[in-house]
Amino acid sequence: MRTKDLLAVVMLTGIYGLLSASFFVVLDAVDVAFTEAAVGAGISGLLMLAAITMTGRSEAPKRHKPLLALLVVFITGGMLIYGTLDMPYFGSFDAPVHQHVAPRYINDSMQEVGVPNIVTSVLGSYRAFDTLGEVAVIFTAGIGVLALLSLPLRRKPLQIDESSEKQMHEQHMVLRIVSKILIPFILLFALYVQFHGDFGPGGGFQAGVIFAAAIILYAMLFGLDTARRVFNQSIVQLIAALGLLLYASVGVVSLFNGGNFLDYNVLAADPIAGQHIGILLIELGVGFTVTAVMIIIFFNFAGRREAQQQATELSSPELNVTQANSTEQKGGE
Amino acid sequence: MFLGLYNYWIVVLLMMIGFYIVIAHGNLIKKLVGLTIFQTSVFIFYISMGNVDSGSAPILAEGVARYSNPLPHVLILTAIVVGIATTALGLALVVRIKESYGSIEEDEIQIQDQLTEDKTSC
Repeated sequence: MRTKDLLAVVMLTGIYGLLSASFFVVLDAVDVAFTEAAVGAGISGLLMLAAITMTGRSEAPKRHKPLLALLVVFITGGMLIYGTLDMPYFGSFDAPVHQHVAPRYINDSMQEVGVPNIVTSVLGSYRAFDTLGEVAVIFTAGIGVLALLSLPLRRKPLQIDESSEKQMHEQHMVLRIVSKILIPFILLFALYVQFHGDFGPGGGFQAGVIFAAAIILYAMLFGLDTARRVFNQSIVQLIAALGLLLYASVGVVSLFNGGNFLDYNVLAADPIAGQHIGILLIELGVGFTVTAVMIIIFFNFAGRREAQQQATELSSPELNVTQANSTEQKGGE
Repeated sequence: MFLGLYNYWIVVLLMMIGFYIVIAHGNLIKKLVGLTIFQTSVFIFYISMGNVDSGSAPILAEGVARYSNPLPHVLILTAIVVGIATTALGLALVVRIKESYGSIEEDEIQIQDQLTEDKTSC
């Protein structure tokens, strides 16, 4: 329970993410499971790993007593459990949650939106404004990471061959070949998830994280510099903004066509066709923004780490040794 | 008689584990892990509320009479991606804190803040 090694903590969170993803499948939430599998078991663990390589791997021994915290936790938990006693039973069909808007989504969405996946029609059509806000939050978080971690434009890396020879990704031949074969299929799968989201589980959010996961895999195995050359940073940033812009402009176009903001019925002569166009476009926008923001976040974490390593290598070697001896200061490993 | 409520109890348990980690641990990364657990417990809360006995995944198909409630799925699906984006922001802040304070333990950071405050005030 009192794990001091943060690496173990991160590993456990990854397992926890995978477990909750399979749990969501059991509870019929296939779309959610998709997202959680890519995010909880993949990207979040990776980001935490990147962070602990920069901040040090172990936790300082505790100096304060946890009794007060335990007391607070038990009181809050007890009150919450007391509060659940009036809740409807797990899985009950006549719970109030299922009486409000859900029947309309389930019974009428086929006539009104014409998309078999109800989750997609609620996400893209009934609650499109809500989703626009969420995409904006993701975009803003990407900008925040960019502002916090991005480095001033670097001069050309001095000794590519020397420094990269030591890198792990130069050595693992099997991993590199296997991933080189796999990555196109992962990308293809992401595209399938993106464009098949109307008919099966999937959509822009899931496709975005899967696409980004493939690119992050590429960056991990072939080095950040190679990945940066393939996926130009400023173009990725532009795509993040373009996705959000595409989403919002669908709303503006439907305004100009005489409907409400994000009311796709007016996008084509036939309301159902209009809905299809609208959902396709906004899902595309969501996919663009999510992919680009995830890539931005990963590249900035990894780039910062690389710069820190280079800085410690370049600074005088005897200072390096003393730093390594005094447990873990800057640089981590 | 209350056994049908077990999903809420699991959620409360997970939520309290996350809460405990956030308030009892000084390490900032661990606090973020605690927040992630707390967040997942909320996800599980919503998803389990949307579940219906002998229901099916909310994708319209022939011969399916009962579907789970799609609304919680929509809310949580977007919340997961928003969650990872904000967690990344938090981790970025932690990295910057490490760079300027040399530590990510809450009490050490507080001591340093106290010292600089004392210096500026007198």
